[in-house]
Amino acid sequence: MKIFKLFVLLAMVLSPFTAGAVNVKEYTLENGLKVLIVEDHKAPTATFQIWYRVGAVNEKTGKTGLSHLLEHMMFKGTSEYGPKTFSQTIQRAGGTDNAFTTREYTAYFELLASDRIGLPIEMEADRMKNLALTPASVLSERDVVMEERRMRYEDDPQNLVHEEVMAAAFKNHPYRWPVIGWMSDLKTLDPEDLIAHYKTYYAPNNAVAIVVGDVDPADVLLKIKESFGKVPRGPEIKEAKAGEDSQYGEKRAYVKKEAELPYVLSVYKVPAIVDEDGFALDVLAGILSGGKSSRLYNSLVYEKQLALSSWASYEGMYREPFLFYAGATASRGTKMEELEKTLLDELEKIKNAAPSEREVQKAKNQIEASFIMEQDSMYMQARTIGTFEMIGGWRLIDKYLEGVRKVTPEDVRRVAGKYLVADRKTTGILIPAGEEKK
Amino acid sequence: MGQSREKLKISLRLLFLFLVLVGPAPAFAGRMADREVLPNGVVLLHEERSGLPIVRVVLAIKAGSVVEPAEKAGLANLTADLLNEGTEKRSSKQISGEIEFVGGELGTSGGADFITVTLSVLKKDVDLGFDLLSDIILNPVFSEDEIKRKKAVIISSIMQQKEEPGIVASKAFKKAIFGNHPYGRPVEGTEESLDTIARRDIIAFHSEYYVPDNAILSVVGDITKKELRALLDRYFKGWERKGVPEKPLPVPGHLSAPEIIKIDKDLTQANIILGHLGIGRENPDFYAVSVMNYILGGGGFASRLMDNIRDNKGLSYDVHSFFSANKYGGSFQAGLQTKNRTANAAIGEILKEMERMRTEQVTDKELNDAKSYLTGSFPLRIDSNSKIASFLIGVEFYNLGLDYVDKYKQLIESVTKDDILRVARKYLDTKAYVLVVVGNIKQAIPGD
Repeated sequence: MKIFKLFVLLAMVLSPFTAGAVNVKEYTLENGLKVLIVEDHKAPTATFQIWYRVGAVNEKTGKTGLSHLLEHMMFKGTSEYGPKTFSQTIQRAGGTDNAFTTREYTAYFELLASDRIGLPIEMEADRMKNLALTPASVLSERDVVMEERRMRYEDDPQNLVHEEVMAAAFKNHPYRWPVIGWMSDLKTLDPEDLIAHYKTYYAPNNAVAIVVGDVDPADVLLKIKESFGKVPRGPEIKEAKAGEDSQYGEKRAYVKKEAELPYVLSVYKVPAIVDEDGFALDVLAGILSGGKSSRLYNSLVYEKQLALSSWASYEGMYREPFLFYAGATASRGTKMEELEKTLLDELEKIKNAAPSEREVQKAKNQIEASFIMEQDSMYMQARTIGTFEMIGGWRLIDKYLEGVRKVTPEDVRRVAGKYLVADRKTTGILIPAGEEKK
Repeated sequence: MGQSREKLKISLRLLFLFLVLVGPAPAFAGRMADREVLPNGVVLLHEERSGLPIVRVVLAIKAGSVVEPAEKAGLANLTADLLNEGTEKRSSKQISGEIEFVGGELGTSGGADFITVTLSVLKKDVDLGFDLLSDIILNPVFSEDEIKRKKAVIISSIMQQKEEPGIVASKAFKKAIFGNHPYGRPVEGTEESLDTIARRDIIAFHSEYYVPDNAILSVVGDITKKELRALLDRYFKGWERKGVPEKPLPVPGHLSAPEIIKIDKDLTQANIILGHLGIGRENPDFYAVSVMNYILGGGGFASRLMDNIRDNKGLSYDVHSFFSANKYGGSFQAGLQTKNRTANAAIGEILKEMERMRTEQVTDKELNDAKSYLTGSFPLRIDSNSKIASFLIGVEFYNLGLDYVDKYKQLIESVTKDDILRVARKYLDTKAYVLVVVGNIKQAIPGD
């Protein structure tokens, strides 16, 4: 025991900023529920989160948006607690709660004073098996989701471009579907669809519970066992297996809509973070877009003043190959052609010449520092563990950090050259209505 | 519940490592930080928290848009925005290059009551952080070239705001209720007003308002008092007290009848804001108003507006009400988005709920639930370095007192059902209000 302590201490003294995800405690209940707990005593609060391995990729043609609508319905009440009680009860305890749905997972979370952590545990266990769906509440919530869709997509031109680009980039993988669902599909979702989805995916063996906060792990584990232990294991789930066939040449999508400024978004198919090239792709994104000293800001926004903003990001936190993004919003008076060409030129530059050691070091320092700074928030700690867990296991956090540290300037050039090519590329263009495409 | 009620962009940057943390969590019984007024007039708030090797600094300066001349709207924001775009010894690129190389952040933000400069650094880089912070506050050069650049960026972003119906509605609403009061104009100014701002205006504004006796400095994180003092001695030595002129502000006039503002845009939804003037942050009714508004439309799914308009009628995804309480006044607004043809129905429901609040007592359950949330959720408002650092600025700026954590609980607990009825009658108006509708007006307001 003493030897172990000394080792931990030594490791911290030697490299206080390079520790990894050492402090996660992992357990699995008999019914298959995985439990991850991190003690953090910075403040007397805690977060409880439950993540289900279900999202848009598990949907079917004509039924897109089902996972997200089910997420909404999960707040409508259970046979145990009655209707409209979930958020009200959490708020009465001084807590806040919410949820989000993605392509691959759906997560529910609560934040509250840590001495009340038993409440969300009990209530999440309850709605894992006792959800009460009425046809009337489904119809009404469907309307709410359609309003949400209008707000986020129909009336947001840049988001519309994003949706079109996704649909074009993937021709057979369900990544092409919007998480919120197509409007025409939303109109057809009915209670039976939701019940079937719920019965299949909402089970302890398809979920992960995460706790971060001012808690005693033994105590919180006991609470979780008491509440979730009662939920029976669900049926084995056949994993959604969808691939994406080869692309031949660049694809383009245009959106013509009332807007003020042109906007361009180029995406490139790239491997997920579990691939060795993922680390260099993340450093590449940092060099292109990590702050005002990055290449895209310097060139497009500062020097040439063509863009209001310009950015790149590596979206590698997926189970299967996803995308590298590069985009820009034009500044007033900038022609789309010039904006797109300048953005492309910056990508070409890094394909042809490796970045400097300092640029690479800066990107790495930014990643390391943000690892530490994110720990200021309990919610973000849990969120990161959950995200890694969904795509392949929370222990990948360590592998990821190690991988980033090893990236060289030549690695960055190599992955840029390999992936930022026409056969992987889809470009979306927003044409402000009234302006014709030249 | 949203596909992303909060921003869903998961980036690999949003990671962290886990250090071994020990010791009980502080609960802030009593004072939540050390406060002192430095010889040059800076109000210093300091809370040492050693759990993580990070330091968060917020510097607030009472140099927001309320003190700029009306005809130079945007001057305060432009001045703040230009701070990190070049100093006597560092160019814009050097500033961002130095702070970003160590993975830190140094940002500026305009505002109506005050502007803020925010610094986040690892403990090992705190010296560099304070060096940069003091340099941009004390020695900015405001070069013509950078001014031109920044104006162009702000003008483009003003254009982009026109793509966001919520912002369009909000700007029109503020202008209508505050009129000539500085709260009525956008902090970033307009294309026309920016055009009138010259370099000498910026330099004069900086020299008049960026003085220590006009500033609040909040420092939270892994830094001792001794270390902090040494840094202030070293980097803020030349910052000398100067005195700030008090200027009277115009009083916004009250409305006597509804004013309806229609903005036609090719949208599938009508964005609606209905509201009027509210209260200032130091109004003693703030606490009764907080409880009242939680029940009306501030309490998410526990609120009447959400229950009625979203949960029961399915008319909107996001429906809420809030009192924005600032130093020199405030506003009340209820807002939602709904498909154009249900706009009228939704507006009717907002007014109905406001009127019910004005005429009927709330139930015991509503009152208790609201109090229970407002007091019970307080720990969440101060559970990280960055939240505490910003919170302390508000405590100082609005004279809340360092025992606010305890005081807040008592103030909320003491609110009665009669108090709620009284403040609802006093601060909610269903006869004289401003209604803004941004959307397809033909569909939203038939017969118009």
